[in-house]
Amino acid sequence: MSGSNEISRRDFIKVTTGIVGGLIGVAVGLPTISYLIDPALQEGGKDVWVTIGKFEDMQVGIPYPFSFTRVQVNGWERTSSSFGGFAVRKSDDPKDLLILNSRCTHLACTVNWNEQAQGYLCPCHDAKFSIDGEVLDGPPPRPLDVYDQFRLTEDGQIEIFSKAG
Amino acid sequence: MWNTVYEWLDERLGLNDMYTNLLDRPEPRGNWWNTLGSASLFLFIMQGLTGIFLTVYYTPSPDHAYDSVQYIMEGVAFGWLIRGIHHWGATLMVLVVFIHMLRVFFTASFKYPRELTWLIGIGLLLMTLGMGFTGYLLPWNQRAFWATTVGTQIAGSVPFVGEFILKALRGGPDLSALTLQRFFSAHIWMLPALLAGLIGIHLFLIIKHGESHFPSKED
Repeated sequence: MSGSNEISRRDFIKVTTGIVGGLIGVAVGLPTISYLIDPALQEGGKDVWVTIGKFEDMQVGIPYPFSFTRVQVNGWERTSSSFGGFAVRKSDDPKDLLILNSRCTHLACTVNWNEQAQGYLCPCHDAKFSIDGEVLDGPPPRPLDVYDQFRLTEDGQIEIFSKAG
Repeated sequence: MWNTVYEWLDERLGLNDMYTNLLDRPEPRGNWWNTLGSASLFLFIMQGLTGIFLTVYYTPSPDHAYDSVQYIMEGVAFGWLIRGIHHWGATLMVLVVFIHMLRVFFTASFKYPRELTWLIGIGLLLMTLGMGFTGYLLPWNQRAFWATTVGTQIAGSVPFVGEFILKALRGGPDLSALTLQRFFSAHIWMLPALLAGLIGIHLFLIIKHGESHFPSKED
């Protein structure tokens, strides 16, 4: 046998096999973890500016309905979701706009403007919101959501900033 | 601390005995050709693991199969690596299992008392080919579709029962969603379960009988 300060052939094989096997394990194992958690690391859709209509078409005191569709790609599948809302013009100033999301804050049905009731009515559970989105009646826990980022383009269009999702 | 834990486990599981009997068992003087069985086992485990990971994204439906494979290749981080290992591992496994069979044949290792090990080995080879055949359809591209059309057609040329075999394989007279689904089922459940079971018996017999000596001139 070899001297005490030298390792035996058997031990050398064991250690080498362990190290090489470990390296291969790491080289394949780490990419595998990355492969499995990849969807969690993907960013969702992009935040974009969406045109909702001409400023001059919006009348003071009458909610202006608008809707738009956004397409989301999940893996190999495309899902399109519809969004909608109301632009409420307060004065001649383009900054003096209130843009509401028509998604009911209760269970996400779409609310509609009702001229007679002077409010947004939700068809699902009879919720009622005021023209400014405040809860007047029914189960919703909070006022209608507001698109607080909007701008007037040079050709007179109002654009809102739609976040991903 | 760790020694106490290990001793506690060893007393109940017999880890040391397992190690001596499984990994430190005496072997006849062999050469590299004797490692092909272990290589086949390694490839089987590798195919099993990468296959399991592929099912995370793969969808066995005509609407989505092709797109989901494209997504694995281009959309997912390291999807190309996982599928690449599975793809090339499949070819390599057929090759290694086949050469393993040739080695056993040429060293006459199939003789008494190892006939059963040999017969089960034949089954393992056929099932490996079955895995290759069923897996080939799953990407659902042109090559997969027509290869399976031809392959099942060949099986259908058997006299008398040919048409029945063809229909049983395809799940109907034509290649369809049913074909994809049953090939997928065979590929990930039935064949692997059978393979794993038979590999267990194969290994048990090898450890029971020990490996055969290389035949000498007198044999």
